[in-house]
Amino acid sequence: MRLTHLFQLLAFTLLCTAAAADEFGDPVAGETVFKKCKSCHMVGDGAKHRIGPHLNGIFGRQAGTHEDFRYSKALVRAGTGGLEWHADTLDAFLEKPRALASGTRMSFSGLKKSADRLNLVAYLRTFSDDPANIPEADPTATPTDHDLDPDILALKGDPEYGEYLSSECTTCHQADGADDGIPSIVLWPEEDFVVAMHAYKNKKRAHPVMQMMAGRLNAEEIAALAAYFAALEQ
Amino acid sequence: MTLNRRQFIGTTAAMAAVLSAPMVKAQGKPRVVVVGGGAGGATAARYIAKDSKGAIDVVLIEPTRKYYTCFFSNLYLGGFKEIEDIGHTYGGLAAGGVNVVHDWAVGVDRDAKTVALAGGGSVPYDKLILSPGIDFVEGAVEGWGLSAQNAMPHAYKAGSQSELLKAQLMAMPEGGVFAMVAPPNPFRCPPGPYERVSMVAHFLKQNNPTAKIIVADPKPKFSKMSLFQEGWANHYEGMVDWIGEDFGGGNVSVDPGAMTVTIDGEETKVDVCNVIPAMKAGRIADLAGVTDGNWAPVNAADMSTKANADIYVLGDASSQGDMPKSGFSANSQAKVCANAVRGALTGSKVFPAKFSNTCWSLIAPNDGVKVGATYEATPEKIAKVDGFISKTGESADLRKTTYEESEGWYTGITTDMLG
Repeated sequence: MRLTHLFQLLAFTLLCTAAAADEFGDPVAGETVFKKCKSCHMVGDGAKHRIGPHLNGIFGRQAGTHEDFRYSKALVRAGTGGLEWHADTLDAFLEKPRALASGTRMSFSGLKKSADRLNLVAYLRTFSDDPANIPEADPTATPTDHDLDPDILALKGDPEYGEYLSSECTTCHQADGADDGIPSIVLWPEEDFVVAMHAYKNKKRAHPVMQMMAGRLNAEEIAALAAYFAALEQ
Repeated sequence: MTLNRRQFIGTTAAMAAVLSAPMVKAQGKPRVVVVGGGAGGATAARYIAKDSKGAIDVVLIEPTRKYYTCFFSNLYLGGFKEIEDIGHTYGGLAAGGVNVVHDWAVGVDRDAKTVALAGGGSVPYDKLILSPGIDFVEGAVEGWGLSAQNAMPHAYKAGSQSELLKAQLMAMPEGGVFAMVAPPNPFRCPPGPYERVSMVAHFLKQNNPTAKIIVADPKPKFSKMSLFQEGWANHYEGMVDWIGEDFGGGNVSVDPGAMTVTIDGEETKVDVCNVIPAMKAGRIADLAGVTDGNWAPVNAADMSTKANADIYVLGDASSQGDMPKSGFSANSQAKVCANAVRGALTGSKVFPAKFSNTCWSLIAPNDGVKVGATYEATPEKIAKVDGFISKTGESADLRKTTYEESEGWYTGITTDMLG
């Protein structure tokens, strides 16, 4: 019922922004906007799923349908309910992701400026089949952009220990992946989780609570948490 | 909060559990009895039930059917929340396998290992977890007692007292005086009185801008003091008069009949008086014989009491070392305790204790601050490892993010506690 309501809301939003959707953004400017997305999404040649799914060929795709990516139930339901990604739906989603799919794990509050959204959508458009003009490009997201010791990345975490340790995380981060002001941390690829936690531990990522929490976890404990959260059932 | 299907079933299950309460009997499984359904007790009950997967019988004894969180109750006073936004039922716990008994625990027989209920009957336990929160020290503020709590509310246990204080705040005459008598250390939620001052000031600035706030405080300093004082100067200039120990803030008496407050010999007629007296562990801790003075000393490794190895005390009521008395602390301690209790009863793996706490406070709309620390168990106490605090002069953007984070935390911790 809530979903129907959302689609009505979306339909209304689309009517109101129909004029805007006819405009076409600047893909070069959109590449700059995409920097906000890069920590979770890859797009372009060789792009893979990371914390979020890769975005190649997104135009015309039904929402939540990459079989090898574990979406939130909310996004799968939205797709089953008929949500397809086009300029207008992407515009609405990017403005406020949780307004369109309230349970999405995408921890992003949205792009408020209409011009940013138009440019970003134009940029993403260049990575979709129709028109068939996919440029040869390096993967734009670079999750391996870190100087973490390979031995640390190779550690295999103990999910049972991770489950115990996770109770410290779930005081703030919800176990079902919902995000009400504190980002979702469930179902991340283990490598991304480990890289992020060590970045906090080494004070390269700025957040005092996370620096403190990660600061006293050792490499095995971080690996254990990564293993637990990567496999969490929803 | 809208009621979804799962919560509805949970509520029904909770009611069934209430009806069957007097029938509680041992079934050959070990039983944990938890007294008090707040941040400590609810978390402990939920985690033991969830992680033992039916191997442990978990009974939660909690007199109220609806739990109002103390955290965010100041935001209700400030007009940022409705009272129902901070009210929660126990249906989620019942659905998660906890037998929720709505009754008062009125005694503990440590030899027979039973808890007596006000409604008659008793519940046997293998392990007893007490998380009763706070009661007030009698005679702590001259002239004030529980019989005066309608004239001068404490509003330091959320619910009807919060609603009463809000109603009195709304009814203040133009240019009236709001007085607060702040408590001595240690007490529940160290930044709480000062967040409350901020929220009352915010309300008055909107609705009664010539009103004044007087705070009589027995302490020379308080939690996040520089942050709050900076905020009061920025947002509520000239409205808040904080009278600390140096100026006789600890020498206070009240007259609830005449609605006067006397601070260091000077009597003032006030319109609202929020008296937050000195605190002690909730009474059941005393009745169980696990207190020493006002609080219950516990072992840091598992929150078991120094007095009795089968009785544990969580949260505000415990005397544990360096952690502040907060909902976050109680939740953190509950997880360590749940892990240890489960290990003791079923032989499950017990991991080393880790504790943490973060307290967010709201000073004005979108002006949030926080303080936090991590802790470890030592043979003597829970000892602080590392900490941080928001800084004065932070950008408006950062303060807004901090406030939004506190909203996320509220949803997170209440889900973590109650399912």
